[in-house]
Amino acid sequence: MIQFLQQLGATTVNRVAAVGRAGQLLSQSLIAKPAPMMMLPLLVRQLYFIGVLSLVIIIVSGLFIGMVLGLQGYTILVDYGSEQAVGQMVALSLVRELAPVVTALLFAGRAGSAVTAEIGLMKATEQLASYEMIGVDPMRRIIAPRLWAGFISMPLLSMIFAIVGIWGGSLVAVDWLGIFSGSFWANMQASVSFSEDVLNGVIKSLVFGFVIIWIAVFQGNDCVPTSEGISQATTRTVVYSSLAILGLDFILTAMMFGDF
Amino acid sequence: MAQLNDTHIEVSNLSFWRGQRKIFDDLSLTIPRGKITAIMGPSGTGKTTLLKLIGGQLTPDQGTISIDGDNVHALTRRRLFELRAKMGMLFQSGALFTDMTVAGNVAFPLKVHTDLSETVIRDLVLMKLNAVGLRGASELKPAELSGGMARRAALARAIALDPDFLMYDEPFAGQDPIAMGVLINLISRLNRALGHTSVIVSHDIQETLSIADYVYLISDGKVLAQGAPDQLNGSEDPRVEQFMKGRPDGPVPFHYPAPSFKDQLFGDSQ
Ligand SMILES: Nc1ncnc2c1ncn2[C@@H]1O[C@H](COP(=O)(O)OP(=O)(O)OP(=O)(O)O)[C@@H](O)[C@H]1O
Ligand SMILES: [Mg+2]
Repeated sequence: MIQFLQQLGATTVNRVAAVGRAGQLLSQSLIAKPAPMMMLPLLVRQLYFIGVLSLVIIIVSGLFIGMVLGLQGYTILVDYGSEQAVGQMVALSLVRELAPVVTALLFAGRAGSAVTAEIGLMKATEQLASYEMIGVDPMRRIIAPRLWAGFISMPLLSMIFAIVGIWGGSLVAVDWLGIFSGSFWANMQASVSFSEDVLNGVIKSLVFGFVIIWIAVFQGNDCVPTSEGISQATTRTVVYSSLAILGLDFILTAMMFGDF
Repeated sequence: MAQLNDTHIEVSNLSFWRGQRKIFDDLSLTIPRGKITAIMGPSGTGKTTLLKLIGGQLTPDQGTISIDGDNVHALTRRRLFELRAKMGMLFQSGALFTDMTVAGNVAFPLKVHTDLSETVIRDLVLMKLNAVGLRGASELKPAELSGGMARRAALARAIALDPDFLMYDEPFAGQDPIAMGVLINLISRLNRALGHTSVIVSHDIQETLSIADYVYLISDGKVLAQGAPDQLNGSEDPRVEQFMKGRPDGPVPFHYPAPSFKDQLFGDSQ
């Protein structure tokens, strides 16, 4: 019993200390005199690795999810004779929920894990220490560009996901199932509001992007510098970010759409 | 010209723990400016750890380390990085940046810390690489180098900025006799011509002693012996003699601390 309490205490202390270290990492990497000439090429490179290379999985997933939504929406709505509303349903579910959440989950698996593994390996091979000894702060050289790139990429990817998904929905509903395209699009335009739905979706994806990339760089920088350490850190990135995304999504949804 | 006994780095009353294990116990030593100081001792005594403490990557549990009178561990993060820009360190593992070519690695410190033009940097990089015999390998990636080549490329990177103070962790490990001769020459030339303070950690005793001005022998967290190379070579102390001659048995332990072998082999292992 005493041992259990001891362990519980130690685990709690470790967790709290880790949160502290994560905060420290954030402040050391972001609160600094901006050096755009140094940052820009590094940022562009990371935008490519983190953002552009995630495009394929985002587009393919967006397309299929949009198509499935179109199909499911049609089969349900057709019973009530309101299949014209399928456009509205597809667009709202994508813009409000599925685009930010699914993009974030895919982003954590595709880009978050890669960032953790890369930084972890840099730590294990003493490359981070090497930067330090050359007098270059790895927080600014390695961590900061990745943080920014993740933060910038996520909302863009999420928007692309929503657009491709809506297009996929229209493929199924209009081109395949034969809903009149005028009512499909008109219904959608009438019901999706920019300030309510689009903006809230973007806010969600900004929050998710920030959380994922923060977890990813922290786990990489904080990992035990061995093969198992890196593999555990990579797993933790995916698990923690996924849980954080789902939990935060509920909170954000309640805050945004909960005032009836 | 540096004074003869001008102190560049001062380690005083340093204690450092790794978990339950005490690596340094009240260790004090001084590293004179413009000289080559060798730090030797059995594998696992903490030589690499000492270099990392000096570089500010590890923090001592007790005691201080000062470089040019500044306490390394009391500096702000920013000042610490400024200080490090004046240091060069050759890591035991080389630690080349794997996303850059060999030339890119050597050019990196020059690019971040100087305003030199591309062409000047290119020429400097070629000179440094030539000095370690790797001019022809400049466009290779670190993964395409052998262990010894990677070490030499890392050495070229460490000396790229001509820092005031250089730490070499095992510069000769994995080098063939010719490369070893070249590196010894290079290190001593850098020191004599440019007056760099150099600290060499190495197990190649006679080679290191041939260029060192002063030697510290560390064992069990303490300075076991110190002096000019001749003094140590001629030492009567059985522990020093054993280490210098490389004899397997004697008072200096070869083993990591462990329970008696006999107990472990024949003891009750339930
Ligand atoms: N990250 C670490 N965590 C825990 N203990 C460590 C760590 N790194 C080193 N040690 C311990 O610290 C001691 C000193 O290690 P260090 O690498 O400084 O030895 P060394 O003198 O450089 O040895 P060698 O000549 O083999 O390079 C070793 O006994 C090692 O077990
Ligand atoms: Mg070592």
